[in-house]
Amino acid sequence: MTTNSSQVRISSGGVSSGEASGQESRNAGASQRERATEAALRAPVDIFETSESLVLTADMPGVSKERLEVRVDGDTLLLEGKVHFQLPEKAEAVYADVRASAYRSSFVLSRELDTEKIQANLKDGVLTVRIPKHAALRPRKIEVR
Amino acid sequence: MFARFNGLPSSLLDDFWRLQQEVDQLLGDGLSSPGGIRSLPRGSYPAINVVQTPDNVQVYLFAPGIDPKKLDVSIQQGLLTIAGERSIPTDEHANYYRQERFSGAFRRAISLGEDIDAERVEARYRDGIVQITLQRRASAKPRQIEIH
Repeated sequence: MTTNSSQVRISSGGVSSGEASGQESRNAGASQRERATEAALRAPVDIFETSESLVLTADMPGVSKERLEVRVDGDTLLLEGKVHFQLPEKAEAVYADVRASAYRSSFVLSRELDTEKIQANLKDGVLTVRIPKHAALRPRKIEVR
Repeated sequence: MFARFNGLPSSLLDDFWRLQQEVDQLLGDGLSSPGGIRSLPRGSYPAINVVQTPDNVQVYLFAPGIDPKKLDVSIQQGLLTIAGERSIPTDEHANYYRQERFSGAFRRAISLGEDIDAERVEARYRDGIVQITLQRRASAKPRQIEIH
């Protein structure tokens, strides 16, 4: 496990948890192989920047807080979620736009972003990640006299 | 030129394509095939999955971030229509790098066949998925014929 990998707590108006992180590192080799074989969906995202922070919003329908992992590994932000929905027994697929059961996206972060203060929120399948900028590195407007 | 791709485990890609083909075959001639007149190209919002059992049909609408109360679900002669809107406010003072998420009004229609009982339709919303359960009429269920 890399020392600078950290789990981001996800809030959704309920309890927060970070139990997935231990499992992740314990079984890194095996889970990476599993990930490589399982096709993952890339969630559509909006990314915008204000003077204080960078905000990423991702559509991940079917992912609950317990099945979502937001992680920072070095300078990379990783989003991983497993899709879950109730299927009746003996159900037969008729039509499917969604043909994978996991989302996976990664983004390379830049130096001015303060990864220690990332906030993540999940509501109705929409994940919002807010990454504040280091106060000292925020752009300053220089006034011309 | 492509020599550096040779290192990729090709069996992995083969597996993936085979799976894709199998899924396409399985789903291709379904009730509402991807080429249906009312179908939308893949990647449209909201995505839909449909499964069936002898008793009912389940429609899953992957619609994150909507107000389910504003969703208009109707069924007429086996055609299920779902209409709604998702508006994403934009921040005027922000710089946008990506805007991939759908914003606006949507409508999707799926032909489910004549045996759906329009009086017994339920819908629930959870984690951004609308699950619509439609019961089949009893008379349309496959019957076991006894042989004497």
